Amino acid sequence: MSEITLTDKTFEVEVLQSPVPVLVDFWAPWCGPCRLQGPIIEELARELDSSKAKVAKLNVDENPASAQQYGILSIPSLLVFRAGKVVEQFVGVQAKDKLQASLNKHVA
Amino acid sequence: MSDQKIYDTIIVGAGAAGLTAAIYSSRRAMKTLLVTQDIGGQAATTNEIENYPGVGLVTGPNLMNEFKQQAQQFGAKFALAEVTGIIKRLDDRGTPVFTVSTNTGQYITNSVILAYGLTHRHLDVPGEQEFGGKGVSYCATCDAPLFKGKPVAVVGGGNSGVDAALLLSKICPKVYLIHRRDQFNAEAVLVEQLKQPNIELVLNSEVQEIRGDSRLRSLVVREVGDATKTRELQVEGLFVEVGYVVNSKLIEGLVELDQRKQIKISFDGETSQPGIFAAGDITIISFKQIVISAGWGATAALKAYEYLQKVKGFRGVKIDWGLAQKPNPTTPLA
Repeated sequence: MSEITLTDKTFEVEVLQSPVPVLVDFWAPWCGPCRLQGPIIEELARELDSSKAKVAKLNVDENPASAQQYGILSIPSLLVFRAGKVVEQFVGVQAKDKLQASLNKHVA
Repeated sequence: MSDQKIYDTIIVGAGAAGLTAAIYSSRRAMKTLLVTQDIGGQAATTNEIENYPGVGLVTGPNLMNEFKQQAQQFGAKFALAEVTGIIKRLDDRGTPVFTVSTNTGQYITNSVILAYGLTHRHLDVPGEQEFGGKGVSYCATCDAPLFKGKPVAVVGGGNSGVDAALLLSKICPKVYLIHRRDQFNAEAVLVEQLKQPNIELVLNSEVQEIRGDSRLRSLVVREVGDATKTRELQVEGLFVEVGYVVNSKLIEGLVELDQRKQIKISFDGETSQPGIFAAGDITIISFKQIVISAGWGATAALKAYEYLQKVKGFRGVKIDWGLAQKPNPTTPLA
């Protein structure tokens, strides 16, 4: 399965009400390191069992409300949500294994 | 995740030097692995590049993405990991073999090219770590737009500091530029542009403490040489642009360094350790430029190839010199 593209409008339903943990990549097109993170997120999304966890991307440029809500002040920032709450947060580019391990930890 | 394959070369770092080294080594049919924490290095965080020959105006990420794709196209493999150690041993024929350990596994290689460049210098003041990602930023081009409409500060008097202040002045109501001296090291043409109503210069000053709650709220700055003269600036962001240093933890004792901990190299990119080569900003070269690092990356890879021919009788494919070329009799191909 591929990653979900979030907007301020869909954030509530896709992330906060999700029955499974969601990893959200906060990114922007002007940010060099984000362009490295993007393909890693896509690969992770393809490999993931979508019945256990989800992977999503949010463009902070187009969706400032969600970014502000979660105090995103450096990108890329990667947040893991479970049951509507942030359970883990990473700043800067992260390797796939590390993100995978974090999601595994939060899968019920 | 370790693999038992023996690489011909492992390149540490994937900036201009490392990626170019990978293009050259893989074109010589060397089994090449790049171990890196990012792709594109410092160049990938640069907004506009106008001095890379042959491509005109280009963004840093786009140019470095081209470098990466070119390396991949010729067969270089990538591992996104942090190198934690490089250990040399000699095989039964007395030839060096290197074990490169990372946070995700170990790799074996017959040669190493060190090209991981420089890392941001930190301020080392209270609050810096705590507010990392919560207001303290080391990448103005990445994070500046997230501070739109907020008061911010920049620390640093070089080109990157002044650049960051100018960038931020377009979107923030107030920008403090903090610098330890009363004159800037930046180019005069940039300094001239600082005369903006919303930029306030805080000269002869340094950051003493970063304060906040769940995010950065203020900075305490003090006058250089008089710690009693302090002032609190109400800002929501601090952009740290105080230059770069070599992260020498990995290489001390392995290869010879100069006083600034940069790697000493020969004109051919050799370090003091046979089998280990180096290229780019991590070395003693004076000019930290993309085109120069790329050239040194190519040099190091070609020298590594020559080294492997000598010690291993390595037989690659000489794409760059034409496939029909006769072997050089002084470097026998076993």
